Amino acid sequence: VELYFKKAVEEPELVDYFMRVYLSNKEIFNNGCEGMLCVSAFVTEIMIFFEEGVRKKELKNQDFFAAFGLFMGYIGGLAFLNRENILGKPLEEYIEPVSENIYNALKV
Amino acid sequence: MRIFIMPLKYKIIWIDAVGCNGCSHSFFNYPEVSSFFESFELLYHPLLESDEFKIQNCDVLIVEGAIKPNFLRLGYDLNSLITELFFKAKKVIALGTCAVYGGIFGNGLMFEKESKGKFYKCRNKIINIPGCPAHPEWLAYVLNMIKKDKNIVLDEFNRPVEIFSYTSHMGCTRNEYFEWKIDAESFGTKEGCLFYFQGCQGPFTHSSCNKILWNEVSSKPRSGTPCFGCTEAMFPKENLFKTETFMGIPANIPLGVSKRAYLTLSGIAKSLTNERLTKKLIECEHEDKQKNN
Repeated sequence: VELYFKKAVEEPELVDYFMRVYLSNKEIFNNGCEGMLCVSAFVTEIMIFFEEGVRKKELKNQDFFAAFGLFMGYIGGLAFLNRENILGKPLEEYIEPVSENIYNALKV
Repeated sequence: MRIFIMPLKYKIIWIDAVGCNGCSHSFFNYPEVSSFFESFELLYHPLLESDEFKIQNCDVLIVEGAIKPNFLRLGYDLNSLITELFFKAKKVIALGTCAVYGGIFGNGLMFEKESKGKFYKCRNKIINIPGCPAHPEWLAYVLNMIKKDKNIVLDEFNRPVEIFSYTSHMGCTRNEYFEWKIDAESFGTKEGCLFYFQGCQGPFTHSSCNKILWNEVSSKPRSGTPCFGCTEAMFPKENLFKTETFMGIPANIPLGVSKRAYLTLSGIAKSLTNERLTKKLIECEHEDKQKNN
């Protein structure tokens, strides 16, 4: 969460590109770059992170995308709200509560 | 004048310890079984007619089934019987997963599941052929190598590498589906990989089931049933028809690859599409047309 929010503040164009271009204009990636291929390294790391949490019996064993959606949608949404200047506080101040909420939602 | 000397047959004692005789039945299906008996003589086999059993010297002792204390067999305590025969035999074959690791019924000769077993110290004499049942060709290979006095290269579990350096994934006709991460939605279909949902243990099971086919025809995965990992020490696991997953990721991944590398490769493959493999292999258009007419 910390890493993502810092990137969103330091390099907002990255998050803008991902949300406004990559996710919204998927047809231009149809020829050999379908799906989430361009972000597969990031997804892989989250997979390993979640899988190890389940293996250690710390996180609830569930469908990966049910958990990934909760994680990604939440932090992506906050980054988007920040870019729209809607948040009441700087994005960094949400790192702690957002992390805790995600953990509480995913734990056993 | 030419003198013909009949070659001496290799003498085998085959003991059924605690088991189901499945490895015996498997061996009876060996296509060359009749020519096998031209070179080998069974001094004792539990299912075949033979002279009355007695403890005696032999070239090969085959133990089928697990060992267990306080279990009577042929009028002897099983463990004592096998110990006596063990030292009278030139070579000992532990046949089947029960004899090798213990399987369902007890302990193996050399292993108790993954730990060292009763005969571990005498491992130089033992050749392990796991499987539930063991493939008849595997036993025939080992016996023929012994007969020809050839060196059988063994791995760290005393299994012949010629047979067990393969995984049952190697040679599987579903490998293209595995590469493209296309799942089989049910058993018995020609299409799809059985690894993701159906419990297939082929990518991490040492066996040549898809190289040396069963009845010279097929294998479990080829016919649409998952590999149960029956040649491995921890066989049988629970839920043989279901892939264990942690957050949707297989708990066991193919041998020799890191989790990160495997997930990276899988993620890329799953992101892309192989149109050909999304269709039925054999579309029955002809039959459908006939039905419609």
